[in-house]
Amino acid sequence: MASKVMVAMSGGVDSSVAAALLAEAGHEVIGVTMKLWGGASDTGCCSVSDVDDARRVCDHLGIEHHVFNFGEEFNEKVVAPYVAHHKAGFTPNPCVDCNRHIKFDRLLKRADALGFDAVATGHHARIVRVAGGLRSAEGTAGAGFVTMPRLARGVDAAKDQSYVLWMLSETQLERLLLPVGEMNKQQVREVAERLGIRTAQKPDSQDVCFITKSQGRRRFLESRMEATPGQVVTKDGAEVGSVPGVEFVTIGQRRWLGLEGGGEPMFALDVDIAEAKVVVGSHNDRLVEAQPITAVEWVGEPVGEAVDELIDEPVERSLSVQCRSHGQVSEGRVVCDEVGNNYILWNEPQPRVAPGQSIVFYEGDIVVGGATASRSKKQTAGNIAAIGVAQ
Amino acid sequence: MTVDDEVTNLCETYLDNAATTPMCPEAIEAMRPFYDGAYANPSGAHRMARDAMRAVNDARDLLAELWGAEPGEIVFCSGATEADNLAVFGVAGGTASSTVGGTSGGVAGGTSRDNTSNQILCSAIEHPAVLAPVERLGGRAVGVDSLGVLDLDELAEMSDENTAFVSVMLVNNESGVIQPLAEVAEVLAECAPQAVLHTDAVQAMSWLDVAELAGPAQLVSFSAHKFGGPKGVGALIVRDGVKLQPLVLGGGQERDRRGGTHNVAGIVAMAAAAAATSANRETTVARVAKLRDRLADYLKATVPDVVETGVTETGVTEIGAAAASTTDRSRKIAGSCHLCFGGVESEELLFLLEREGVFASAASSCASGAFEPSHVLAAMGYNRNLDKGSLRLSLGSTTTEADIDRACSVIPNAVAQLRRAAA
Repeated sequence: MASKVMVAMSGGVDSSVAAALLAEAGHEVIGVTMKLWGGASDTGCCSVSDVDDARRVCDHLGIEHHVFNFGEEFNEKVVAPYVAHHKAGFTPNPCVDCNRHIKFDRLLKRADALGFDAVATGHHARIVRVAGGLRSAEGTAGAGFVTMPRLARGVDAAKDQSYVLWMLSETQLERLLLPVGEMNKQQVREVAERLGIRTAQKPDSQDVCFITKSQGRRRFLESRMEATPGQVVTKDGAEVGSVPGVEFVTIGQRRWLGLEGGGEPMFALDVDIAEAKVVVGSHNDRLVEAQPITAVEWVGEPVGEAVDELIDEPVERSLSVQCRSHGQVSEGRVVCDEVGNNYILWNEPQPRVAPGQSIVFYEGDIVVGGATASRSKKQTAGNIAAIGVAQ
Repeated sequence: MTVDDEVTNLCETYLDNAATTPMCPEAIEAMRPFYDGAYANPSGAHRMARDAMRAVNDARDLLAELWGAEPGEIVFCSGATEADNLAVFGVAGGTASSTVGGTSGGVAGGTSRDNTSNQILCSAIEHPAVLAPVERLGGRAVGVDSLGVLDLDELAEMSDENTAFVSVMLVNNESGVIQPLAEVAEVLAECAPQAVLHTDAVQAMSWLDVAELAGPAQLVSFSAHKFGGPKGVGALIVRDGVKLQPLVLGGGQERDRRGGTHNVAGIVAMAAAAAATSANRETTVARVAKLRDRLADYLKATVPDVVETGVTETGVTEIGAAAASTTDRSRKIAGSCHLCFGGVESEELLFLLEREGVFASAASSCASGAFEPSHVLAAMGYNRNLDKGSLRLSLGSTTTEADIDRACSVIPNAVAQLRRAAA
């Protein structure tokens, strides 16, 4: 059924093709480019040249193009927290924050206010419908069998972006269209070529839009906060190097730790901002059985047999867990200890995840929830043993 | 043109005359010969060239009379942005002690005393064509009051014998508020006798007697497309005795003040548009002021929580009652209706108005086409909640009663829709 669709267009090939396909399908489509970042940008989605690309693609497709300035909100909800989190020793996912607060909140609300039925983006992810189980439809007495929307991985595994969209709720998913998630990148480029879209061969953008390649994350942060120079020590406390700012160290990183070359590769295991220390260790030292997490959210109710459980209760079954935007998945369960702290209990020990990173739970290809990695507790044999599956 | 296009065009209500005006027939007619037969370069020596130069100089004479200047004081250029840049860099640039690339955080406000000096001043509500060059030279901004009128006391306080350059626009492009240029000149005569006064008169030409009002300024910027002329042509008046360094060097045109082949058709059309504007000004102003008053009064009476910028309300106005008798719009040009709707965002409002065939504006737009928060409303002390919902309806000589009817029927509904959605 044709409807009024607002397509968020970055100027890249994916969102251009998304707009083209929806227009071809007979929807009433307008393209919107969000101006998010006023500072220097070379990889992002809101430089003037990217806006021009989006505008010219819309001209070519014969659809309207508008620019919405969400710069103030972007600064407040994405950039400022990004800096604050680094300052506190966390490694945030700014793209997740942007999707949460800007694209799928601010833009969706604006689309509502302006009378649009749906918002579309060029993300490589799919929206599928799953059996929602028996539940009461609102306002009716009896229970009926309903289907609910779920986010699923895009067809092109290498381009899948479901990780950065994990926070989408059922309500948001109902209003969202992700047409290119059904295609692989080659098919996307072929459609772009077929339709004569000028961005057909434009390279993918992958980095954080407000951080330039030439400056990098560290210099971006340095200009916005005071760095704490720190020692790099082993687990035993032996000093092995130094860093100009402990805030710029991400757990798991191997380079830029001021270590001497040769020998076993060393990784950042922990960052202590207050003590100005980075603890390093071997690959084996990184491995943990339980990954502490916080802010656990489920998409609707957990899918499948656990449907009658309360949504804020842990899931007593194995999930596929992804800890980085293009990372591997590992199997684990979401559990909580006796004082209510949540963990992922890995089936096999896994490297610890930098605190602040999104951790996304899948069942098969379907996103069922997510959480944020939190700082490792001082784990003793005692409290590890206390971790169990809460009922 | 298809039937559909014609229908669409009939529904266009253009209320963005502060951005640009439709060209008047006189200007279009005046241009034609210079694209057709009389195409010679006026800087040449042969007869065809001399004919072209005569056209440029006839235009210069005419404009000099209309603008209250000597012909030799007019420097033709590509528009007001160039004219403003030429004024700031060409006059103030030579005197600024600070190096190019000075501040990065905008023109310093009235109270800060950091690296900036009193050598170069401008009002806080200038167009970016003045603000950005003044910022580059490390100049400072003089504030305005809540009505958008320059604070003369602050100007007096900030100017001293070192003040070399002051820029105050004649009419603000967002609020439509006329600035007290004669008083500015008096303050400078007393406090800053060395200062050269520049005024950006871009928004004034359609509505005011610029020859008189810009008289106190030694530098005056104009742009043809704001008064029925073509885009890409403008002028800077540089009064005799003002030392000016050219920005564009080349073939020595405009008495070595601005190089480059003359835009003959543009210059001739600018003069034709200026003549037509001046001849019709009195009737246009009277007619458009009535339309503007009807529009503003109606919107204020029908839509709750709206503020009209730059006006004084002299009585308590009941919702629905006639507001005209209590609203003083004498500070504003006749074509300006600038409103701020509480709880509404300009981008959304403009989107809905466009759907209904009403074309207007909010604050100034940046290169990407996005609207930026208004520095003018910020200087007037508006909070972000209110200035987010600003709407600039700018009328012009071609605005009709039907345009106002259409705006009056469309705008209240659009505001109501957005407020419902936000609730």
